[in-house]
Amino acid sequence: MKNHLLLATVLMLVATSSFGQKFFTKSGKIDFDATSPASPEKIEGVNRTATCVVDTKTGAIQFAVLMKGFAFERALMEEHFNENYVESHKFPKAEFKGSIINNETINYAKDGTYSVTVKGKLTIHGETKEVETPGKLTVQGGKINANASFSILLSDYKVSIPGLVADKVSKTAKLIISCSLEPLKS
Amino acid sequence: MKKLSSQFVTGVVLLLFSSNLFAQDEDLLKLVGGDEKPTKERVKYAFKSPRVINGHSMEFLNPGTMDFRILHRFGQLDQGYKNFFGLDQASMRMGFDFGILQNLMVGVGRSTYKKEVDAFIKYAPVRQSTGPWSSPVTFALVSGITMDGLPWADPNRKNFFTSRLAYYFQAIIGRKFSEGLTLQVSPTMVHKNLVQLQTDPNNIYAIGVGGRLKLSQRIAFTWDYSHVIIGMPDSGYYHPLSVGFDIETGGHVFQLHFSNSTGMNERAFITETTGKWGKAEVRFGFNLSRVFQIKKNKKANE
Repeated sequence: MKNHLLLATVLMLVATSSFGQKFFTKSGKIDFDATSPASPEKIEGVNRTATCVVDTKTGAIQFAVLMKGFAFERALMEEHFNENYVESHKFPKAEFKGSIINNETINYAKDGTYSVTVKGKLTIHGETKEVETPGKLTVQGGKINANASFSILLSDYKVSIPGLVADKVSKTAKLIISCSLEPLKS
Repeated sequence: MKKLSSQFVTGVVLLLFSSNLFAQDEDLLKLVGGDEKPTKERVKYAFKSPRVINGHSMEFLNPGTMDFRILHRFGQLDQGYKNFFGLDQASMRMGFDFGILQNLMVGVGRSTYKKEVDAFIKYAPVRQSTGPWSSPVTFALVSGITMDGLPWADPNRKNFFTSRLAYYFQAIIGRKFSEGLTLQVSPTMVHKNLVQLQTDPNNIYAIGVGGRLKLSQRIAFTWDYSHVIIGMPDSGYYHPLSVGFDIETGGHVFQLHFSNSTGMNERAFITETTGKWGKAEVRFGFNLSRVFQIKKNKKANE
């Protein structure tokens, strides 16, 4: 009897995991904003080539972003971003590896908007830090829209701002993430 | 036996649970990566500025930007304290350069030396890149014209407007070897419509060697030398050599340097450098470059 119960549990676990599916995009959008009140101009960049994968079974969520893919209104700002701040020749990629900690509250089979909390390790400029942010997942017609917005402290990632422009660049950067994920056929 | 099998099942369950836990550390990105084709990518930022010091560099202005350049050359160091090591005298050139395409730019400038106006067009048919069909070097061509604005030396003779003009043609072959090191060679020809003496040649051929060694993110050591091969007058003229530092401060690039030439356009510094390094006939100088974005990058605004 006891064994049957266990077997049932096993079967259930196997069954639930087979329902789990992975979703992905290669054209996620990440906005970057380090404008400070004293900035003479907007310090904003946008990247539209972020890769994101979500495993709905485990709640695992991962991002990879090519730093060179950030476009700025001002060419000089883009040059400084790559050359001086994030050193994209040395650290070409930024990565996030984490999970949706309230994954069990999301019903991926049902359309709707779900509030989530994502926690994990963010690697920028070769530095890895733990981050946690609220976000929103919208399930619609078998696709998922993922949105989140959070701030990081640039000094956490050893992005140094020279004294001369210290008051013109914000010490924190705001990141706005919006991805439209499609089912991954494996 | 029964106990054993129940232990076994528990084990499987635990294993399943643990595999679920492990799954969070799994590299999901690998599932979607790997099929990216290598793309051709231009090598950027070989120099901080489209000029090494005096001469053109292999780098271009970004499209839609304007570079406002103020160049100063002071007097010779060997003048000593009397003229504060040359700082009492200054010669300058003001210039406006425009980036049109990633491989096309134009510029105009005016120097106090000989009241000369100059203009150029610079185009690169090939730019250094990585990936398939890439080129290991940038190959650029420059063509320029200069017009001196001094009163005629002898107003009594018949003077022609074209006598004020000189032209230069230059090819630049450059490579950014690493983040820290960039080198370039630039064969140049200068044609002067009118020369001072009958024995002076109208065509002067030179080969330029320039480079950059990055010392830190914002400071680089640069050098710029032109060796006149054909057409060097017998005495009184020297090959121009400039060495200095590029210092980048947010919006400006300062190029501080020492040079034996006063002239700040190709005609002037290649063919009319009268200072000799060995005799401390060297001048302190600086170029100040401020880049303005005239047309905003559309890619960032879609």
